[in-house]
Amino acid sequence: MKTVDLVIVGAGAGGLSAALAAWNAGIRDILILEKENDTGGILNQCIHTGFGLHTFKEELSGPEYAERCAMMLKDTDVNIQCGTMVLSMTKDKILTCSSAEHGLEKIQARAVVFASGCRERSRGAIQIPGSRCAGILTAGTAQRYLNIDGWMCGKRVLILGSGDIGLIMARRMTLEGAKVVAVAELMPYSNGLPRNIKQCLDDFGIPLYLSHTITQIEGKHRVSAAVLSQVDEHLQPIKNTEKRFEVDAVLLSVGLIPENTILEEAGALIHPKTRGPVVDEQCMTSLDGVFACGNSLHVHDLVDFVYAEGQRCGQGAAAYLTQSLKQEKCVQVGAAGNVSYVLPQILHFCDAKLFFRVKTPMKNCAVVLKSGTKELKKMKKISLLPSVMEEITVTKELLEQCEDDLTLEVTSWN
Amino acid sequence: MELTCITCPKGCTLTIELKEGKILSIQGNGCPRGIQYAENEILHPVRMVTSTIQVIHGIHDRCPVMTSKPVAKEKIFEVMKEIHSLKVEAPVFVRDVFIHDVAQSGADLIATRSVQLESSFSNEKK
Ligand SMILES: Cc1cc2nc3c(=O)[nH]c(=O)nc-3n(C[C@H](O)[C@H](O)[C@H](O)COP(=O)(O)OP(=O)(O)OC[C@H]3O[C@@H](n4cnc5c(N)ncnc54)[C@H](O)[C@@H]3O)c2cc1C
Ligand code: SF4
Repeated sequence: MKTVDLVIVGAGAGGLSAALAAWNAGIRDILILEKENDTGGILNQCIHTGFGLHTFKEELSGPEYAERCAMMLKDTDVNIQCGTMVLSMTKDKILTCSSAEHGLEKIQARAVVFASGCRERSRGAIQIPGSRCAGILTAGTAQRYLNIDGWMCGKRVLILGSGDIGLIMARRMTLEGAKVVAVAELMPYSNGLPRNIKQCLDDFGIPLYLSHTITQIEGKHRVSAAVLSQVDEHLQPIKNTEKRFEVDAVLLSVGLIPENTILEEAGALIHPKTRGPVVDEQCMTSLDGVFACGNSLHVHDLVDFVYAEGQRCGQGAAAYLTQSLKQEKCVQVGAAGNVSYVLPQILHFCDAKLFFRVKTPMKNCAVVLKSGTKELKKMKKISLLPSVMEEITVTKELLEQCEDDLTLEVTSWN
Repeated sequence: MELTCITCPKGCTLTIELKEGKILSIQGNGCPRGIQYAENEILHPVRMVTSTIQVIHGIHDRCPVMTSKPVAKEKIFEVMKEIHSLKVEAPVFVRDVFIHDVAQSGADLIATRSVQLESSFSNEKK
């Protein structure tokens, strides 16, 4: 069986960044396995600009960002094997993969990084009533068809869900000549970034219906109309609020889920909220020597954060391989109140950053880190949005003061 | 009035004090680029335009493109019209300029991805 020091699953921004960081930390035997024929991952279909303001100090499109990431590996001997799908992994880090070139192959890795991205929630996952006809697809699939293959999925479009992909597709379809009749969002607030509401909807006069959902889809072979209804505070449709739109396509932008089937089957602990593995500050999962980063760890809206996480993860894997990773005392970190989740969930006593998201929008609030009932750190925030990932730093000295596990919560500032 | 700055993902809410079309003050910007954005947005709003164009004989069928700088908002659909009429031959290199001063917007239309020549086609050529 072939043995490799570090195997990275996925050559998106996360995987490429982890590879470079591990290389820079002295690891020389690195293999990236990627199922597509090209590196870059989801970035290749995100042709809009707005990427790279942190990492490259320039405003780039997704594909250009991907090309830069790949270029940075040019002067290394990192081995990238495209067209190779990883099928499974054992606890002992034996990976089974398949490719046209090598057929079915087993690889023994000394350390593994999962950077396998995320998948979209589909219609089945949210159960829309009505006919099962053609013309209903996820926003990301429509994006791929349009931006990679050049195919338009419809002329009159309704978008369910106000996540960023849905918003970006609303603008993209409009520019290509389609009429986007509406974007409907179940919640009373949007899950997309404020800038995308402005530049993708407001700029083109596309209406956003908050607290609305699809209650009926009509059509025999292809969608012919969709009905929107307003929902009450329990998210139940309200009678006699129906609005009917004649459309030939319905796009779903109802959320992303980390892609972790392989990790889960190998026995890694999966967090119920992030849907990604439970990790420490080096991005190591509950499986020894198995790491995760990028959208497979938790869903990111900014590629620069994925890149930075990839770096930490690559360095973590390198430290593990060179045995400089010290597994000393650690504490667990949990979320409370309006905090939806915190990462990492395990902290060793060292300087680290905690990343978190809130469940619902909040203004003038305090982010409080507690050890048991003792307040360790408090930070004022003017505004917190579920769509924006926030961070709080902790120091080794601060952690040494804590006797209990940590909780992060948000309260109003007073 | 309030505006959402779209320059970066932070999306700061800018509060602008206006008098007879003149800007008196801008607040809420997380960085200096917010000021520039607010001034543009009030006097002459501009946007980046991105799309794709058809590539012949490339390893990909489409090449993503963008304007080299933001263009006047009212020019967006004129820029799109020129993009739609464009077809290029591989190979393409990232940052290649396809159209100078696209739709008299003052911006160039540039490639944001390299597209290599399809190997079967480069073999045929030899
Ligand atoms: C539609 C959309 C718009 C976005 N817009 C912006 C934006 O404007 N600005 C910004 O900064 N960020 C944006 N982001 C966020 C950012 O681009 C992504 O979060 C980031 O690129 C994800 O990188 P990744 O490496 O984690 O995952 P991916 O790019 O998804 O990479 C995962 C890779 O793993 C491969 N893979 C998966 N499973 C296997 C397997 N079993 N075997 C082999 N290979 C496998 C996949 O093929 C893929 O190439 C956007 C994201 C999306 C989805
Ligand atoms: S003001 Fe600066 S930090 Fe705030 S959104 Fe604009 S560019 Fe970003």
